[in-house]
Amino acid sequence: MEENKNKSLIDKVWNFFASITLAVVIFALIGGTSIVGTILEQNAEPEKNVKLLIKMFGIGHETAHSLLGVLDKLGFTDMYHSWWFIALLLLFAANLIICSLDRLPRIWKLVKEPIKPLTDEQFKNIGKKELVLKGKPEKLKEAVGTAVKNAGFKFIEAREANGYQFYSEKGNYTRLGVYITHLSILLILAGAIIGITFGFKGFLNLPEGRTYSVAFAPSGFLSKEEEAEMEAIIEKLQTTEGNAQEAARQFGVDEKALKAKMKRYGIWPLGFSIRCDNFLVDFYKGSNMPKEYRSWLTVIQGGKEVVKKSIVVNDPLTYAGVTFYQSSFGMVPNAHGEFIMKITPKSGAPETRQMHRDDKFIIPGTDLQGTLKDFSPALSFDANNRPFTFAEQMNNPAVFLEFSEKGKTKYSGWIMKRYPQTWALPDGHTVEFADYWGVEYTGLQVRKDPGVWVVYLGCIVMAVGLYITFFMSHKKIWVKLLEEKSNTRIIVALTANKNRPALETKADKMIALLSKSDGGGKQ
Amino acid sequence: MNSSTLFGISTMAYILAMIIYITYLAFKNSQVGIAATIVTIAGFVSQTLAIVIRWTESYAQWIMFNPESSFILSVLRSAPLRNLFESLIFFIWCLILGYLIIEFKYKNRSFGAFVTPIAGLALAFIDLSGMSKEIEPLVPALQSNWLLVHVMMSFIAYATFALSFSTGLMYLILKTEKRGESSYIFWTVTSGIFLAVLIMMGIDFVKVKIPMYSQKKVVERAAKEYYVRYGKMPDHVIELKNLLNENVDLQNFDITRSGKVDISLKSYLFKATLLSKSIAGSVLSWLASLGLIFAVWRYGHVLKRMIGSLAISSEMLDEITYKSIAIGFPIFTLGGLIFGAIWADQAWGVYWSWDPKETWSLITWFVYAFFLHSRLLRGWRGKKVAIVAVMGFIAVIFTYLGVNLLLSGLHAYGSLE
Repeated sequence: MEENKNKSLIDKVWNFFASITLAVVIFALIGGTSIVGTILEQNAEPEKNVKLLIKMFGIGHETAHSLLGVLDKLGFTDMYHSWWFIALLLLFAANLIICSLDRLPRIWKLVKEPIKPLTDEQFKNIGKKELVLKGKPEKLKEAVGTAVKNAGFKFIEAREANGYQFYSEKGNYTRLGVYITHLSILLILAGAIIGITFGFKGFLNLPEGRTYSVAFAPSGFLSKEEEAEMEAIIEKLQTTEGNAQEAARQFGVDEKALKAKMKRYGIWPLGFSIRCDNFLVDFYKGSNMPKEYRSWLTVIQGGKEVVKKSIVVNDPLTYAGVTFYQSSFGMVPNAHGEFIMKITPKSGAPETRQMHRDDKFIIPGTDLQGTLKDFSPALSFDANNRPFTFAEQMNNPAVFLEFSEKGKTKYSGWIMKRYPQTWALPDGHTVEFADYWGVEYTGLQVRKDPGVWVVYLGCIVMAVGLYITFFMSHKKIWVKLLEEKSNTRIIVALTANKNRPALETKADKMIALLSKSDGGGKQ
Repeated sequence: MNSSTLFGISTMAYILAMIIYITYLAFKNSQVGIAATIVTIAGFVSQTLAIVIRWTESYAQWIMFNPESSFILSVLRSAPLRNLFESLIFFIWCLILGYLIIEFKYKNRSFGAFVTPIAGLALAFIDLSGMSKEIEPLVPALQSNWLLVHVMMSFIAYATFALSFSTGLMYLILKTEKRGESSYIFWTVTSGIFLAVLIMMGIDFVKVKIPMYSQKKVVERAAKEYYVRYGKMPDHVIELKNLLNENVDLQNFDITRSGKVDISLKSYLFKATLLSKSIAGSVLSWLASLGLIFAVWRYGHVLKRMIGSLAISSEMLDEITYKSIAIGFPIFTLGGLIFGAIWADQAWGVYWSWDPKETWSLITWFVYAFFLHSRLLRGWRGKKVAIVAVMGFIAVIFTYLGVNLLLSGLHAYGSLE
């Protein structure tokens, strides 16, 4: 009694998960909630979403605030990482597994069941084509066999009362394509879980000339004491090349405890150091369209430079399983960098100089003395031709140079890094503003994801599975040779679980070939 | 001949073909049908030429900026699939090609009256939205070999989905009987909304956008002066403020990255109609839209009679709907989702980031996955499945255009600015 009850409960649970209705409900729930997630900006400043809600529903600021509060509590402001959305995805996986298992025995039977010769009754029911050839079945047997073979089928031959029957099947395993596709979805989900559990996703804003041994993934507000502790840990990791074990030893604390703290503060030790040697934005000539963002990076391990690589947006750097992607850039606040100027006298070789504001320099071989008076990261001119800075980023970096000869000011003007026509001086010398180094940082996305290979494997399996599912089929073909006086009637019957017309075309070709081989004896 | 002339010819040909196909639907004269096919083929040929010429034009631009780049790389990087305009053109090209294949395979012209309007709508949208048609150099994020396969396969899939949308819609028209039936309400209301939006876009274009052309000239003049003065184009249209000698609201304008002045979509879309400043105008357009939807609902059976009298069976429509999706789904999964994920992994370091575009393509994927599985469900054949096919394409439209126009995210290159 007790056992029976139990069994029925398991059956009930099984049937619940095996139902396609559940799949439909899960599809609808994932789809519907995802729509909300694309409208509400995820992980955004609350004010942004408040504005959105006001615009969408025409409600007041107060109401919008409390509505957002409710949505926030329900997890909609970071919904793709909320417990219920992840639960939905897992439910989807469970449904997929059980649905597939539930149907597997039936499909497996179709795959494994060997093809049998058709009875006359069955021949009537299945779509068929016929033709009559001269000659006895024994004589024609070989020609028919070759034709079937040429159509790509290995056949079995059976002797029947009035002649022969050839039958064959192909692609019975293609019925499992659906399972391969389903498996691939599970692989991708598994890869994602491995990535979330064992991987790291963070960023590093690396100023030109600086070296870091950690990356960051900030996690909420910290108190003053916590912040100080965080700084101390970063400091220690910086001096140990991102070696947590060594850092724990130097702190005199347990490594596990230190790692827990690092996790709390969103610090990720790289296990090596990385330095940004330079960062540059290249623009398409004459426009403000960026052509390339490039960072020159150096990996340092054990105090030695081990890798040097320049990265651009679609070409990252990977070292020891950690990948650095070019993702943004910006200005380091209150930084003082070096102006790199390339000076070419009218007749002479170019010379590169590093200088600071108010530094003086001589054009080689002349008495002309230049002074670097001013700098603007983004120079523009107003209607009265007065210069002003229109942005904080280096959109149009320019230096103001003043030239004097024997104490007398000769001329002055702006030299813009992006516009070579501004580099020429009236006397025929050239002063190129090559770079303002040390004031920009390169924004690197830092990632370690051991699950990504499982995801890629899942993608390959999915491609294979979809190909089998949609472009291959389980085909069966039967050819009956029936003796009719001195002639032979040939009946071809065929089935395919997909794309039957393609198989029929093949059969037509086969028949056409056969009728020719006979020398025009068809009916 | 340059590419824009040829694009113009193909646009006119497709719109003419649409009119002829609809005439054919109404009068069933076979000569009219042949004329429709000929005009469509002419449009297709000139569009093919236009795409090839545009490719060579953008190839020339690419090697001008990147003289050191190899021949193959330059050809790949200059493929005309880089912004909303180019992708829409490619979508229309695939759609017409797919349609012509079906027309020849099934020897039936009646789908033409349902497929060419999609091409017509897309072409009208290009002009009504005023999206940039310029050949623009590639921004860093798009400089990848994945661009070509990802975008190409996505749009081939979108075209097959558009075909299934047409046949699904025809199936619904043919199979629904009563006005109270939910599938009848579904197809009439959906078509009504499509029609209403398109008509309103036309009204906005004439009433708001065209009068803005004189202002646009003023802004363009200011931009030119800016260029003469500073040797570069402004980053933002606001920088032109001091150069204007007439009172123009600069917020209505955008400046493209390559320096072209455009009237921004937000400044006129639905501004003469649904979002009109005058309450009467706004109320009137809402009422007119509802009236139009009502009219489609009330007189939808006329369409049914038109299609019904053609030699076209609902089984054939069902088959084409299924086949198009069976071809489009794997292509979309591989090219759109998987290649997209691999590219995102290379460019951004995340293969999936739930950005609105990704999420919406996943929603689309779910709808079509449901379509493919729905045959396993009891009672889910015929009309219900056709509704799913129609909804799938609505999800495609939103993935493609809605996300770009309404939502922000990483896929900003496809936007109108």
